[in-house]
Amino acid sequence: MSVEAPTVTPVQLGGPRGGPAVRTLRTDNWWVQPTISVIVLTAFVVYSTWAVFVNKDYYVGAAAHRDLISPFYSPCITGSCVAGAHGTFFVLTWWHITPAVLILGGPLGFRLTCYYYRRAYYRGFWQSPPACGVGDAHTKYTGETRFPLILQNVHRYFFLLGLVFNTILTIDAVMAFRLPGDGTFGVSIGTLVLVTNAALLWMYSLSCHAARHLCGGNVRSFSTHPIRYRIWRFLTPLNARHMQLAWISLVFVALTDLYVRLVSAGVFSDPKIF
Amino acid sequence: MSDVTMNVWRGDGDGGDFAEYTLPSQEGEVVLDVIHRIQATQAGDLACRWNCKAGKCGSCSAEVNGKPRLMCMTRMDQLPEGPVTVAPMKAFPIIRDLVTDVSFNFEMAKQVPAFAPPPRPEGGYRMQQIDIERGQEFRKCIECFMCQDVCHVIRDHEENKAHYAGPRFFIRYAELEMHPLDTNDRRELVRQKAGLGMCNITKCCTEVCPEHIKITDNAIIPMKERVVDASYDPVAWLGRKILRRQKASPGEAAAHGA
Repeated sequence: MSVEAPTVTPVQLGGPRGGPAVRTLRTDNWWVQPTISVIVLTAFVVYSTWAVFVNKDYYVGAAAHRDLISPFYSPCITGSCVAGAHGTFFVLTWWHITPAVLILGGPLGFRLTCYYYRRAYYRGFWQSPPACGVGDAHTKYTGETRFPLILQNVHRYFFLLGLVFNTILTIDAVMAFRLPGDGTFGVSIGTLVLVTNAALLWMYSLSCHAARHLCGGNVRSFSTHPIRYRIWRFLTPLNARHMQLAWISLVFVALTDLYVRLVSAGVFSDPKIF
Repeated sequence: MSDVTMNVWRGDGDGGDFAEYTLPSQEGEVVLDVIHRIQATQAGDLACRWNCKAGKCGSCSAEVNGKPRLMCMTRMDQLPEGPVTVAPMKAFPIIRDLVTDVSFNFEMAKQVPAFAPPPRPEGGYRMQQIDIERGQEFRKCIECFMCQDVCHVIRDHEENKAHYAGPRFFIRYAELEMHPLDTNDRRELVRQKAGLGMCNITKCCTEVCPEHIKITDNAIIPMKERVVDASYDPVAWLGRKILRRQKASPGEAAAHGA
């Protein structure tokens, strides 16, 4: 049953507070963590923006005996994709600017609404608060109760969309085991890079709080939902490492793009392992 | 033997300032021990609240070097070299010196709708261990109110106190919402009256919790997701309309004979 709003006792909001009127009394290096967050996130945004709009060197194809595509450009579903990069069943032939723009929204939205990244950018960029026990940089605060921040509540949809991208990147990783013109099957460093990238993205997605909720956290009783309880128990340790997985997968996506880009540009060739 | 310098806030609602006390350090002391020695030797009128000296009563919360901590659980030898600053909790009105008026929390506690099990005959309330364990974490709370103190929603914005329950009570809401025998649906209440949406999950409550309760991951975020189920998820809304289900999970309640 739904509960009625309780009779609210007028809250004594109190009187004067103790302590000095300073932003913080902390003497440790509280600013280090938000600064690192700002630096890494800014570096990623700058790099990924450049990578998205440069619109070249995102695919290593049969000419180099490889089938490696950058995660920023997969799925490559536009007419502007380089030969071999795009799929065959769905191609937007009328799209001629960078194909990465088309698919950017999914992964970007997933990370932007992620509970961990929210913590990172609220602390780092918005300074609300920059660290525990350090004053909020803003005089007014309404949290996530109003537009646009109320839209953070769509996180679960981006999570589901993220699973689609993970599946596509997993297919890319499997396809990377093909070495066209150099045997039918093989493993190169590029293969391992794509496999690792897909695995990290799966782990990041499955450690998501929305996943934990949808898979079993939303039930009132575990004992009457034993399968969902098992899934919840499987996801809970991953969820405890959501922060680490968020950072590692973020950096590795950029490194994967960089690797494919450097191989594609001919800076070095992708070494074959076997 | 070296000395230790303590800067302790002295004052009341009319104002105050830090007073410096220097005294010889003693091996194995916690901050509360040093405060007690100051009381005994230099400032008999220094006010501080304490009880168990074992990290279980939640009375001696204060801000040590700017971070909310239990004074009885903060070892002096684990603090950095130099003067130690001890101030009262910032989010609550001061009574005197290190003692604050935490009645805000008791008012918020009154507003949490009580546990409401379905009517059953005597001996009819049975729970499985896995369901008990889920809420057990939240029952570790010792009500030190450091999570409330560090939460910037009220720490830095006094005006939010009227409509924000705070992390301590979000774990209470979560505990009740995850209780298989409870029949209340508090999701709309926690969204509208308790201000769950004000929390921007910066996790300071989790950082300072002396009982290491995963307040954000295990209570606040699951509650936010439940609020999404009830109020923001159009697919869930459509599902309820088609299946004619109420916001609460009657199927689950029925499974328990509610």
